[in-house]
Amino acid sequence: MEQFVMAAVTILIGVFGCICYFFLSNMALDRLYPASGPMAGANINRANQIRPWLFMFPALALLTVYLVYPVFVSIYLSFMDAEGDNFVGAANYIWLINDDKFRESMFNNLLWLVFVPAASTLFGLIAAAVTDRIRWGNFAKAMIFMPMAISFVGAAVIWKLVYEYRPDGQEQIGILNAVWTNMGGEAQTWLTSPVINSFLLMIVLVWIQTGFAMVILSAALRGIPEETIEASILDGASPLQIFMKIKVPQIWGTILVVWTTITITVLKVFDIVLTMTNGQWGTQVLANLMFDWMFRGNDTGRASTAAIIIMLMVTPIMIWNIRNAAREAR
Amino acid sequence: MADLKLTNVEKAYGEVKVLANINLDIKQGELIVFVGPSGCGKSTLLRMIAGLERITGGTLEIDGQVVNDVPPAQRGIAMVFQSYALYPHMTVRENMEFALKIAKKTKAEIAAAVGKAADILQLTPYLDRLPKALSGGQRQRVAIGRSIVRDPKVYLFDEPLSNLDAALRVATRIEIAQLKEQMADRTMIYVTHDQVEAMTLATRIVVLAGGGISQVGSPLDLYERPQNEFVAQFIGSPAMNLLAGEVVETGAQTVVKLDGGGTARSAVPTLTADLGMKVNIGVRPEDLVATDAAPIFTGEVEITEALGEVTLLYFKRQGDAAQVVGKLPGIHAGLRHKSVQLTADPKKVHLFHNGLSLLYR
Repeated sequence: MEQFVMAAVTILIGVFGCICYFFLSNMALDRLYPASGPMAGANINRANQIRPWLFMFPALALLTVYLVYPVFVSIYLSFMDAEGDNFVGAANYIWLINDDKFRESMFNNLLWLVFVPAASTLFGLIAAAVTDRIRWGNFAKAMIFMPMAISFVGAAVIWKLVYEYRPDGQEQIGILNAVWTNMGGEAQTWLTSPVINSFLLMIVLVWIQTGFAMVILSAALRGIPEETIEASILDGASPLQIFMKIKVPQIWGTILVVWTTITITVLKVFDIVLTMTNGQWGTQVLANLMFDWMFRGNDTGRASTAAIIIMLMVTPIMIWNIRNAAREAR
Repeated sequence: MADLKLTNVEKAYGEVKVLANINLDIKQGELIVFVGPSGCGKSTLLRMIAGLERITGGTLEIDGQVVNDVPPAQRGIAMVFQSYALYPHMTVRENMEFALKIAKKTKAEIAAAVGKAADILQLTPYLDRLPKALSGGQRQRVAIGRSIVRDPKVYLFDEPLSNLDAALRVATRIEIAQLKEQMADRTMIYVTHDQVEAMTLATRIVVLAGGGISQVGSPLDLYERPQNEFVAQFIGSPAMNLLAGEVVETGAQTVVKLDGGGTARSAVPTLTADLGMKVNIGVRPEDLVATDAAPIFTGEVEITEALGEVTLLYFKRQGDAAQVVGKLPGIHAGLRHKSVQLTADPKKVHLFHNGLSLLYR
């Protein structure tokens, strides 16, 4: 009960604080440069130059404290030892490159990078194209989109049950094993069989991201001018040719944006791996490696080094993604 | 190469019939223009011929073959859209090649067809550009070129000039007329709401109104001998004046005493039995001339519009009668607020009873 009250009070203070901030800061600005008197025109111009900064200041301040500052601290820490006390040069990076777990993580991340965005975008595109043409398409869309509303951890728990293994003799409660044994196979411990288990984890993320891809691509498909499709019908194109040669090329920009957005999500993937295998049996990924060294290994140096590697991988894709999105918006 | 025959064609959306009883014979080589007010179904009719809309009743024949259920691409038609409908991701050349590639024509055939079309339409320098790098007029030419390469039996144009500015519209209109000359044996159907396009391009005009055909005829036929008041007022600008009256003298020439006080003499013959019949006389603004004696119409000029070559006179409304408009050649300054008497040559005076022309009884 006490916690509940505390939470409510915190929310109130937060919301009220925001309102107060904008109201009071704008009032102060208007006092400082009143829109009356002999200097009215110049004052209005000056106030208008300052006002956007009033609105941006809270966001900029928070970004600086929680995003910009940590980047520099991480870079600094990656050159320090486990406690962050002594400078060790590039030792952390040299260790990382020679570490088996890191190599495994890099390899797995590359697998994720290739498989998840491709599969999500492809399934999303198919779902978008198909649901637009059937009567119960909106219901299907809602169903496909639903996983987006589930947290990664929640999704991982659900899928862990799908992959569940029970020793021989017991009834298999995991759907995958149930189906497998029904088809005559022997119950498998899916999550401990290398390479296959990585793909089983990826399926969880594909399941989540397909809905995202579908919604964005569906909107893009609807934005295609109807006349170009009618013209291609008159030109004799089959439905498949219309889709591949007329529709997809026209939404190519959006497909790229969706692809790269999912790519960035993939590079940060952590929750699913932590929840389902914790990086064992050859499923380790970079973000979980970082987490392991930070909170299990208590080594801020190595954890920061892993973080920097992830950042270096995400940044170029991010820049490309933002450029693409900006071009789409035009 | 292609005759079109529409028999009792009808279009219904559920219970609502938007088109009914469309009967039309189109001969090979004709350029037929569908005109009508917006919402009259002219674009729908064109899209039904194209196969983009289902025909819910009646039959459509091309070259004697019923094509109601033939897919659009196999009807031997090509269509030019109002919005051009170019494929934005393809160059001009690829846009024109698309249909031929789908039809699996050989490379040599495709190159020849595209080269020829580009030549006719002066598009050769632009073949490797994307549509977005072209002006509106050039885009419309590409859209036409995309039709030409397929060498269809029937060309369909859906308001192709509506998105162009006024000067370009005139130029492109003339280009289309020249194109038709070069392909005299091709049938074309052209939808527009612009009667100037209809009058200048058409072999025959089909006036559509109220879900049916109001009149079919050559442009001057529609202008000189409209079958009903709708066509009379739709063709010509400003619209034909209609004045209510009563037949007082019958014979080879008919005399009508108008409710507004004037007297009109018309070359439309009437029978003795028509004496006393309530009619509307129709007279075009450009057929009205100033007179001193026995006017059809006397009124006070409310507004004048001097266009240089002509002067438009808008007369004050009398009661609930429609506004009368006169069009006098040349410049007439100072007529505003003056009373003017107007008459017209009896040959130019139309007679309508219950909305239908007495000429066609």
